[in-house]
Amino acid sequence: MFTVDFFINAITLGSLCALIALGLVIVYGILKLVNFAYGELIMIAGYTIYLINQSIHMPWLAMAGLAVLVAMLTSYLTELVAFRPVRTKSLNAMLITSFAVSTLLQNGALLIISPRARAVPLPKLFSESIRLFGSDIPWRNILTIVTSLLLLAILTLLLKRTVLGIALRAAADNFTMTRMLGVPANLVISTAFVISGLMAGVVSIFWIGRTASVTPTIGGSPLLIAFVATVIGGMNSLVGAVVGGYVYGLIFSILGVMLPQSLLDYREAFMFLVVILILLFRPEGLIRGSGSGERVG
Amino acid sequence: MLVIDNLSASYGAITALRGVSLEIHSGELVALIGVNGAGKSTLLKTIAGVMRPTQGKITFQGEALIGRSPEEIIRRGIAMVPEGRDIFASLTVEENLRLGAFVRHNRTEFEKDLNQIFGLFPILNERFHQLGGTLSGGEQQQLAIARALMSHPKLLMLDEPSLGLAPALVDQIFDLIRVLHQQGTTILLVEQNVDRTLDIADRAYLLHTGRVQISGTPQQLRSHVDIESVYLGGEKQ
Repeated sequence: MFTVDFFINAITLGSLCALIALGLVIVYGILKLVNFAYGELIMIAGYTIYLINQSIHMPWLAMAGLAVLVAMLTSYLTELVAFRPVRTKSLNAMLITSFAVSTLLQNGALLIISPRARAVPLPKLFSESIRLFGSDIPWRNILTIVTSLLLLAILTLLLKRTVLGIALRAAADNFTMTRMLGVPANLVISTAFVISGLMAGVVSIFWIGRTASVTPTIGGSPLLIAFVATVIGGMNSLVGAVVGGYVYGLIFSILGVMLPQSLLDYREAFMFLVVILILLFRPEGLIRGSGSGERVG
Repeated sequence: MLVIDNLSASYGAITALRGVSLEIHSGELVALIGVNGAGKSTLLKTIAGVMRPTQGKITFQGEALIGRSPEEIIRRGIAMVPEGRDIFASLTVEENLRLGAFVRHNRTEFEKDLNQIFGLFPILNERFHQLGGTLSGGEQQQLAIARALMSHPKLLMLDEPSLGLAPALVDQIFDLIRVLHQQGTTILLVEQNVDRTLDIADRAYLLHTGRVQISGTPQQLRSHVDIESVYLGGEKQ
């Protein structure tokens, strides 16, 4: 039952979920804002590839790179245009604003492009497999794992070795004190949103890599996964987001293998059951964060 | 150096400062004493840009400070060590100090500054790679002050640095403040420990319910005010 296939699948899903969760928590940690428009960044990246592909011929890697950049830019702009003006007002104002941005983006795609799914081109590699450890392992999965680990490593380096990274972690700890040391509030917040966009962009590539299509509502599922993973892992720590992501991937994969055929459709219900159990015993999540819960104002 | 003119500030409907005026000259150690709720922390927060006053002026080296953000205030050379230390618990001592030096922009200075800091706070050298949250209260207070010093402030503001510390550590902190003063740092010290504060201050202001009741030299304050009643919150004589 727990074959090489299983482990690769579990780690692949876990890696993807870790990135998804990370993108959400990096903004939450500093602003205490749950960005409901986060899922739409994934949607926008997907539509970027679709639209580029419709107009000009470009190598797939270039399109993917552009899609990630567009996600980062969109994230940066939503902060600048929608969130910054209401940042000092109240957390509720920011929350509702994020719903508004989400709705605007989704319906924008729906109206401008189409409510129906649109095909997104994928590289040939995504449908090929390689024989490793006695199994046929899809290249797609290997790339997901490698890219995720690379991204996690880069992020860790950024957060631990650069002054900006230290400032980001400090801002999540105590935002006002960080400003009092001279760190510009806007720089920190914008950086968090850009990193969030980067995560969403990369996730988008591999998420769409599974279905080869994009719809206006494609961001909903990843967003939900991000919530669940952060809740499992702990909302106040980046490590918690990553752990939560991998735990989600592992449990979801285990359920996929252990549930009888008749119950497989209800896999998500069982997943939530497990989450409830985890929360009963560890309400703050698996990893205790150091965040004081102070909101920026 | 710092001139505060008729400053008023409120938390919503509650007025915390009513027309406070004070001055600090370069090189002075000025104390702000008074009971809880007198408005001392509010005054510091307003200078630091964390709070907006409702009226009044703050001038630092000729420039108006009102309306400036905390980031701009520290760039002008005013560093604040808030009540409760506020060090970053999830960052190491080294990272805390690096952030303290954020406004300096000069990497090579960092090493030099560190050595000076270690001279004043040897324990921070020992704990350099430890997380701030694992330090004791006294060590955290030292870290908070060291971090503020990393920015080479022209004016150092300390909000109740001895709060919650054991008596032996209180001695240490006051000694440290005295040394900093002797080295030439201009200091605005807010304290409830009136006796020790008046021992080291050049001048002092007594704040009560948001107003300056008395100002002058420590001797003047001691003779005009019943220190015990200040400590215990009674009315001035």
